[in-house]
Amino acid sequence: MELAAFYFFATLAVGAGVFILLTRNLMYAAFALFLALLGMAALFVLAGADFLGVAQLMVYVGGILVLLIFGIMLTRTTDRTESAQTPNRVVVTLGRQIWGIGVGLALFGVLFSVIAQARFVLNGDTLDSRSTIRTLGVELMTSHLLPFEIAGILLLVALVGAAYLAMNRNPDPTE
Amino acid sequence: MNSTIPLFHFLVVAAALFSLGLAVAVTKRNVIGILIGLELMLNAANLNLIAFSRHDPMLLRGQLFALFVIVVAAAEVTVALAIVLRVYHHYGSIDPDAVSELKK
Repeated sequence: MELAAFYFFATLAVGAGVFILLTRNLMYAAFALFLALLGMAALFVLAGADFLGVAQLMVYVGGILVLLIFGIMLTRTTDRTESAQTPNRVVVTLGRQIWGIGVGLALFGVLFSVIAQARFVLNGDTLDSRSTIRTLGVELMTSHLLPFEIAGILLLVALVGAAYLAMNRNPDPTE
Repeated sequence: MNSTIPLFHFLVVAAALFSLGLAVAVTKRNVIGILIGLELMLNAANLNLIAFSRHDPMLLRGQLFALFVIVVAAAEVTVALAIVLRVYHHYGSIDPDAVSELKK
């Protein structure tokens, strides 16, 4: 049962990834990324990381994906001949696509052979079914306190920096 | 209850997603498409960390690392989109091949 769920969500994530690679419409790619992230969150939960699955959904789907869609809509190249029905196409030259898929396949071959040959010595107990939130919280507040604070400062700096960068500093000369 | 899913499965799925992310980042002629590929690669790395973290139930170091990766990815994509908006205002295009001059 668990294995069937794993195969379903893994197929969902990988299939969405293939769709992102092959589609020419960037908006479709963003929605396929939503499916891929959903599958990844389910895989996180199946691997015993319940808190990280929820965090993945909230951060990626709630934040990053909405940001990406805003970016796609704001940077649309305006073509007067297009109507509202025309999809916003991303031109992919054939040579680039062949190179991209070739590089991806080659990397997957190398990684697969390495994983198939590896013999991991795993002598720890596997995770039982209890929640990981308590362990994560205690670890974050004790032994990982400094990285936690640094991550907070990094987020603040990124927020201020992004707002400063996106500010329109040179007003439209036509006005 | 021990999880019945072998570690090998997680690693193969993560390798496939990482390769797909790299192929997307190479293929797309749009900065936002490249960002989508980067997100896929970061997620694949997270899946590896979490799969190995199953065998460390006392400290969960892999999951903690994955949590920090998620935080840094959120910061990265925010700044990247701000830069994309500036580049679009300046050049009128976000094709990385078209943005070849430092000053126009």
